[in-house]
Amino acid sequence: MANVFSNIGDWVVERAPGLMPVYRKHMTEYYAPKNFNIWYYFGSLALLVLVNQIVTGIFLTMNYDPSASGAFDSVQYIMRDVEWGWLIRYMHTTGASLFFVVIYLHMFRGIMYGSYQKPRELVWLLGMLIFLVLMAEAFMGYVLPWGNMSFWGAKVIVSLFGTIPVIGKDLVEWIMGDFLPADATLNRFFALHVIALPLVLLLLVVLHLAALHEVGSNNPDGVDVKHGPKGNRWDPTKPVDGIPFHPYYTVKDLVGVGLFLAIAAFIIFFQPSFGGWFLEHDNSIPANNLVTPAQIKPVWYFTAFYAIVRMIPSAMGTAVWGVLGMFGAIVLLFLMPWIDGGKVRSIRYRGTGFKVALTLFVLAFFGLMLIGTDSTAELIPMLFGASADVTGIENLFGRTMVLIYFGFFVFLWLYTHLGWEKTKPVPERVTTHE
Amino acid sequence: MNKRYISIFMLAFGLLLGTTAAVAEGEGPELPAAGNNLRDTASLQRGAHIFFNYCVGCHSLKYMRYERMADDLGLTEDDVMKNFNFTGSKFGDTVISHMPADDAQKFFGKAPPDLSLEVSAKGADWVFAYLNSFYLDPKSPIGWNNTVLPNAAMPFPLWELQGVQVPVMKEAKAGDDPQIEKLTLLHPGKLTPQQYQQAARDVTNFLEYASEPAALQRRHYGIWVVLFLLGFTFLAYLLKKEYWKDVH
Repeated sequence: MANVFSNIGDWVVERAPGLMPVYRKHMTEYYAPKNFNIWYYFGSLALLVLVNQIVTGIFLTMNYDPSASGAFDSVQYIMRDVEWGWLIRYMHTTGASLFFVVIYLHMFRGIMYGSYQKPRELVWLLGMLIFLVLMAEAFMGYVLPWGNMSFWGAKVIVSLFGTIPVIGKDLVEWIMGDFLPADATLNRFFALHVIALPLVLLLLVVLHLAALHEVGSNNPDGVDVKHGPKGNRWDPTKPVDGIPFHPYYTVKDLVGVGLFLAIAAFIIFFQPSFGGWFLEHDNSIPANNLVTPAQIKPVWYFTAFYAIVRMIPSAMGTAVWGVLGMFGAIVLLFLMPWIDGGKVRSIRYRGTGFKVALTLFVLAFFGLMLIGTDSTAELIPMLFGASADVTGIENLFGRTMVLIYFGFFVFLWLYTHLGWEKTKPVPERVTTHE
Repeated sequence: MNKRYISIFMLAFGLLLGTTAAVAEGEGPELPAAGNNLRDTASLQRGAHIFFNYCVGCHSLKYMRYERMADDLGLTEDDVMKNFNFTGSKFGDTVISHMPADDAQKFFGKAPPDLSLEVSAKGADWVFAYLNSFYLDPKSPIGWNNTVLPNAAMPFPLWELQGVQVPVMKEAKAGDDPQIEKLTLLHPGKLTPQQYQQAARDVTNFLEYASEPAALQRRHYGIWVVLFLLGFTFLAYLLKKEYWKDVH
């Protein structure tokens, strides 16, 4: 039997001699630094979730009806009458939320260890593009079940484009294909969600990995193993602190995959709506343009950016500033390689200012999430008493968080470009060698 | 240094989860826990009985099939077709109330909602509280009102079980609208208050089941899937250790 397989293998290789070199370049002869820590699981986990979304998505598509009259019923049909339909749908909905958990942690890792710094700018830019497309993908996917929160979420998010001067109103109608989210909107969101954006995502993921493999992986020490001493067990010309991606990191990632799947399975089987955070209660009510949900808020993963829109006041007769702020918050992340002029990569050797700033940045992000999820409406009376001025305190808190969010980038530029940062000496090699 | 950052980060994440969980619990007025249990098949059967005797006249469960219900609640086709099916539906059909929607609109001013997803939308505690909170209200056009959903257009179908409740008013300050402090039983029903609580809990349980029949399956399989994956993780960890023996 083994002989048959190796014969088939030889037959293919003989006819495609370029195949094995590609495999070796990206797997068995891709030398990754040997000191990856827990933060380095999230890249492979993101790929795993992407595959999960595509596979479960294909099966959902087989029974989903992308029409305003049939969408809601077809989701219940999947939940009740399709064999294992509930499992497929919960894998998809839980996967969507976990995708963002994983991506946010992956991005945080990049900032913490300076993975966007030269020569990895392109890797970062492609990654940010993935994040942007993923947000569009998630938003459109959220509209498809056509529950009441789908409808109102779509209405509010698309209306953000309406704040653009002059063309805003026409743009909103053009996006929705109607005056309200309707059948036309659902049809086009379906097409974009299941075909257009997944194709773009896959292409970007391939490019992200290709760009990474051109320059090599960063690591928690921020030391380029390529520039260190040469000669490891496999190749005298390759970095001494590098180990082949396969089998070392494939086997290691398997541990991360196992643990991640166990957590995901726990959510899927025991808490699929995650207390209303992954699947919102109001989405169990069919879309209804006459009944507004008590609170319209996006799913948790958008709430930080949504809070920025809400917290920036309108001025000069237009509310476009909030929307600009939201997009600016993402554009600034794109520009990280140029905003951060730090001399060292890893947080281990960076100045105290960077550590404090990054901590505040993360806290501000969580603070904005509290506002975006409208948790502040409950928290403020809890902390300040029932008679507290909720809007006043929320605005004060939220605007402080917005200032910290944007302040992080301003500070980082000044701190590194004006030479204020006092770094620690970076070792010659990664710190975990014999 | 790195460990410290991880711990700060985990702490922040934990705080966020903690506060959001607290907030999720605290939405709207505090409701007592329904205390129902989907694994209690007898309770699901009793709940189904009450639903089909008192509720289905107006409310459909348009996504719930008789056949599925028989399978999940341990009932035979005969049980279900004789006791629950009053509309001549087939065993594989969904539960549709006999009341024509147009008439319902005329009778109540608003068609009674389908209850297939009521617990998903509002929560079990809400449904349980709602069933406990009807009272006589001469000012309401239908004679009934409800403290959980004020001015609901729904008469109280379970009055003969619970009895008739009337409100006890709080002492209102001058100029304020009087507020209801609590409800008290004016005429007892067929059931004692404890029995009625259980009946309301059974209906809630049945409606929670109806809003997601798959909940029974996922709890059944879930524990094995999680255990398998933890076992897999352990084996993967051993494999990793073996492979990494020579990495220093």
